[in-house]
Amino acid sequence: METKSSPQTKPLAHHFDSHEQQESAGTLGMWLFLCTEILMFGGLFVGYVLYHSLYPEIFKAGATFLNWKKGGINTIVLLISSFTMALSIYYAQKNKMKACRMSLILTLLCGLLFMLIKYMEYSHKMHVGIFPGKFFAYTGEGNVEGLALYFSFYYLMTGLHASHVLAGMGLIGWALYRAFKNKLGPHHYKPLEYVGLFWHLVDLIWIYLFPLLYLVE
Amino acid sequence: MSEHHTVPFKTYLSVLILLLFLTVVTVAVAQIDFGAWNTFIAMLIASIKGALVLLYFMHLKYEDKLYWVIFGSGVFFVVLLFFLTKIDIITRVLEVNTL
Repeated sequence: METKSSPQTKPLAHHFDSHEQQESAGTLGMWLFLCTEILMFGGLFVGYVLYHSLYPEIFKAGATFLNWKKGGINTIVLLISSFTMALSIYYAQKNKMKACRMSLILTLLCGLLFMLIKYMEYSHKMHVGIFPGKFFAYTGEGNVEGLALYFSFYYLMTGLHASHVLAGMGLIGWALYRAFKNKLGPHHYKPLEYVGLFWHLVDLIWIYLFPLLYLVE
Repeated sequence: MSEHHTVPFKTYLSVLILLLFLTVVTVAVAQIDFGAWNTFIAMLIASIKGALVLLYFMHLKYEDKLYWVIFGSGVFFVVLLFFLTKIDIITRVLEVNTL
């Protein structure tokens, strides 16, 4: 049976029999949600890869507009943030709540750094008229017929990903608030785990986006 | 089920170092031209990195196999979507008006 270790900090919803059932239901729900996320991004990935094989010259021209160094730094930033996110759960399990809060703050800062670099990339492109779809107005050097197709994919995929980073940062902020309010602990770290799963998925998607957009020509 | 399984700190750190190393490998390999294999090699390395994140950071290695099935089914249907669409494209017949 479930132990009565700290009933105040580990609430049990009335429709569950035990904490064990509640926690496995939560994890199951989280993985189902991640599955739908894979399907959503998957459609874009399939579209990207197929259009790439149909119009290789457009995608080759488009890739020259991207700075792989900025993409690479963002990859490293997200990988480190995934590491600190995993650490926050590790420290919560060990009841080192100060280290747990520190890890969450570091994760949040990494997310912020990622968004700042993304903002620099976007503003640089929009400054010269590179907008998605019909708003595409670039006429300068390296422009090819149909370049707007590449940048529609670029903005849609990185934009959807960036919105996930923002959502993840909101969730981490919420977890941090709970950690400060002592609503997380060694017996009640599941909410942190769910936030972590989402954050790792955001990292996972970027792991595929980075080589696909920045490196493959 | 491993309810209170704690992954050692050293494991997390080695996974991070491995992930950073593989990122450098991806960038280095991209400088070499393998022709049609470029995308495949990049996706292969990305998949190794993705597996590391799933297994260790997302604890799939220590969790119930059910979560494997759920996540795997999502990936399966994306792959299915890719191949069905690819087959559609490569089997298209270019129709020429003979009139």
